[in-house]
Amino acid sequence: MRAPGRRARWFEFAIESFIRVMGFSTIAFVLLILFFLLREGAPILFEVPLDNLLGVRWYPTFDLFGTIPLFLGSALVTVTAIAIALPLGVATAVFVREVAPRWAREVLKPLIEILAGIPSVVLGFFGMTLIAPAMRQALGIPTGLTAFTGALLLAYMALPTIISVADDALDAVPKSYRDAALAMGATQWQTIWRVVVPAARSGIVTAVMLGLGRAIGETMAVMMVTGNAARLPLTLDSLVRPVRTMTATVAAEMGEVAQGSPHYHALFGIGIILFLVTLAINLTAAVTIFKKRRRGGLR
Amino acid sequence: MKRQWIQRLGFALLTLAALVVVAPILLVIGSVVVQGVGAISWEFLTTMPRSGMKEGGILPAIAGTLVLTLGTALAAIPVGVGGAIYLAEYARDTWLTRAIRLAIINLAGIPSVVYGLFGLGLFVLFLQLGTSIVAGSLTLAIMTLPVIISAAEEALRAVPVEFRTVSASLGGTRWQGIRHIVLPQALPGIITGVILGLLRAAGETAPIMFTVAAFYLPRVPTALSDETMALPYHLYVISTQVPGMPLSVQYGTALVLLMVILSLNLVATLMRGYFRRRRPW
Repeated sequence: MRAPGRRARWFEFAIESFIRVMGFSTIAFVLLILFFLLREGAPILFEVPLDNLLGVRWYPTFDLFGTIPLFLGSALVTVTAIAIALPLGVATAVFVREVAPRWAREVLKPLIEILAGIPSVVLGFFGMTLIAPAMRQALGIPTGLTAFTGALLLAYMALPTIISVADDALDAVPKSYRDAALAMGATQWQTIWRVVVPAARSGIVTAVMLGLGRAIGETMAVMMVTGNAARLPLTLDSLVRPVRTMTATVAAEMGEVAQGSPHYHALFGIGIILFLVTLAINLTAAVTIFKKRRRGGLR
Repeated sequence: MKRQWIQRLGFALLTLAALVVVAPILLVIGSVVVQGVGAISWEFLTTMPRSGMKEGGILPAIAGTLVLTLGTALAAIPVGVGGAIYLAEYARDTWLTRAIRLAIINLAGIPSVVYGLFGLGLFVLFLQLGTSIVAGSLTLAIMTLPVIISAAEEALRAVPVEFRTVSASLGGTRWQGIRHIVLPQALPGIITGVILGLLRAAGETAPIMFTVAAFYLPRVPTALSDETMALPYHLYVISTQVPGMPLSVQYGTALVLLMVILSLNLVATLMRGYFRRRRPW
């Protein structure tokens, strides 16, 4: 390699500056996203009184912008999804890491990666054409497009995240824990159930957080299978009735609103809520990960 | 003896859980392949849609997705790889670096539909790019950044530090070391990460809904300022917005989209496996 001449040194300076700018760009993008959401969404606070925005009825054609049913709709679908995905995901992670024979591991891991890659619109299509009709017949309900159908799809979309984070957490449990338990005469199962999984507990909490973040922002699949009725999901049968989430509302209505109208601003307002909720969830998860890294591993 | 039975029961439950996770994946792919393969023909792949999209092909949607993915790559690769080089090779552990990492985590967690809103607000309206391929590609590119940066940084960090010291000891500058020694070694990992990011972009619907996607536009895009159809949005449209759509066309479109994604996925997986085995250190 030649010693750098003057031109080379200038070139080096240029390229290193470029790299530096690229490094900082991610911060700029986050700020830009927040700025443009606020720019288009904040006006709703001045156009519509707060008790309307916090009302229970979302009928934009009648200037009713109550976000509560949408928020609760998102919450219902997301929490149900995680309730399904958490036990399945953790059990699968334990199976892959502690129990499965090598060949099963080699089959499972790529399949789960494939699941992570399937576009949500394909899953939504599958849910519409196969799951929803099956659900309608099995439960004898008027429509299969329900909160539960959405939760089921969301659970599978959150699974790859939950499995991979739980897998990291299990990986970080020191081998000495296992050895000690086995040496004391515990069976392999007792070691897993009483020692390894509890030791990975906080990593599993992180997995749940990231799964939640993934699920609450999911749009297409949810929009296609939940029926999109903006009703307040407070009754016991809400799971088997249609529901409408925040993401679906934005995606379904943005195409039809007049730019600059209160409805338009309200949809950006929902975007702000989504941004802040996922921000809070992901930062909480990130902070736990950072802390654990310093103590060595995702325990 | 009882303990052995509990263990057997426990393992059986774990196996069952893994099966419950895997079976639907195979079911989705299987059903889309079986029901969609009949619709696939040369005509389906290479002609324009006709009679309200119920007949003919899906060429503009395929072309649109290819163009959008290419545009995303062009915009995202320099920023993503540059950012990764900064984090892996230049950044010290300061509050600013931590802020960058938080920003990446945050970008990765922002819902896709919010990216759509952002793209509409910044590119389509503020920068007056209109609903266009540029606006859609840039929106998708920002969404893909965290995937590319994380994967590329990991690939760069996997190159042993000795490679850099040796390069420096021969009188190479820092950039020369990166350009001629570190980058070539990390390239396979970086490319894998880029493919994984693009695969996500190619399958997304929500970010392109308000920034580029056309409901029905039976021509292949020719300029960056064109709107275009795209496979994911087209599948959404024909499965929810058009009454009386033949199911075979829907499944055919789903199959084409799935094949684009799965083949990219396969390339990434094979590359990763191949280069991991061949790693020279």
